[in-house]
Amino acid sequence: MAQFTLPRNSKVTKGTHHPAKDGAQNTRTFTIYRWSPEDDKNPRLDSFEIDLDECGPMVLDALIKIKNEMDSSLTFRRSCREGICGSCSMNIDGSNTLACLKSIDEVKGDVNIYPLPHMPVVKDLVPDLTHAYAQLTSVEPWLKTETPAPEGRERKQSPEEREKIDGLWECVLCFSCTTSCPSYWWNGDRYLGPAVLLQAYRWIADSRDEYKGERLDALEDPFRLYRCHTIMNCAKTCPKGLNPGKAIGEIKKLMVQRQG
Amino acid sequence: MTRQTKSMSTPLAQARGLGSAKSGLNHWWHQRVSAVAMVGLVSWMVFLVLSLAGADYETALNVVSHPAHAAVVVLFIAVGLWHASLGLQVVLEDYVANEGVRLIAILAVKMAASVIAVLSILSVLKVAL
Repeated sequence: MAQFTLPRNSKVTKGTHHPAKDGAQNTRTFTIYRWSPEDDKNPRLDSFEIDLDECGPMVLDALIKIKNEMDSSLTFRRSCREGICGSCSMNIDGSNTLACLKSIDEVKGDVNIYPLPHMPVVKDLVPDLTHAYAQLTSVEPWLKTETPAPEGRERKQSPEEREKIDGLWECVLCFSCTTSCPSYWWNGDRYLGPAVLLQAYRWIADSRDEYKGERLDALEDPFRLYRCHTIMNCAKTCPKGLNPGKAIGEIKKLMVQRQG
Repeated sequence: MTRQTKSMSTPLAQARGLGSAKSGLNHWWHQRVSAVAMVGLVSWMVFLVLSLAGADYETALNVVSHPAHAAVVVLFIAVGLWHASLGLQVVLEDYVANEGVRLIAILAVKMAASVIAVLSILSVLKVAL
């Protein structure tokens, strides 16, 4: 059954407040979820007052500033700081997004930051995405063919065929969508979730792929695909502006289409 | 996520699980088709019930005995309960994590829907024939 309250060892407590340096004029408070596997303590919310005059414009800039200057134990993933690696996905101001693409100005009041919802937490803002990555591997997200590539040449695709994977290839696999989906929260062990289904459709929609039928076979399942109830949190939260809900709809259409 | 037990099998083995059930399309498709059918059937039923407002029992019997109305009432019962049991099955699959409880609950819903459907349709036929 769905759990409606947090287990006792997951109840979030109030943490430490870190004030800004004296003389800071333009400050903003960042409230950040903290949890460490190294002690037996419950998760806590630490607050950090940041001098915005001394900080870059994005939420990721503030996190890096906190780690550099206020609390080096703050743990989060980041790499490219320009929305292309998908590492710094987290829940900011109530919705999942990339910290490097979310400007501090967009948030009214305190900036509340949590890890991606409903995933096991490794530490602080780092979620355990092992299962989601394994689900991605399970849809075999690579070009599958029997026909060998033309001698010394690429496999050709018309501009129209290439257009069909626009809105799909841009996905950076940050899993903001998957972890925003209630269906994934309740049945993530079997439901593939929007990110993985969008990737699955990216290969189904690719004119060069020769395994569309097998891909559809593998998806036709009450849990893997049909747990999607078009709640559309995925499209609403995607930091890249993509629409996984539409991709899932296209998969469902193809399922009907091949019936004749 | 409902994954709570620590297993020694690899993440890919867990993600693949028992493989695809190779079904789900029919359930999903029938739910949509029955929803569309219900648009017409519910409209007809609303019209029928409103037109009988204030009428006495004899009039109501006569109207429902008309083959066209009787057919719509029977279809409304059959399609409506079919749609309801498909929908309830989705709710149970969503929220009941225990597989045994889920299976029993789904079977109970289907049985209840079948019994209600047969009883209701027999009642209509009894007054209509």
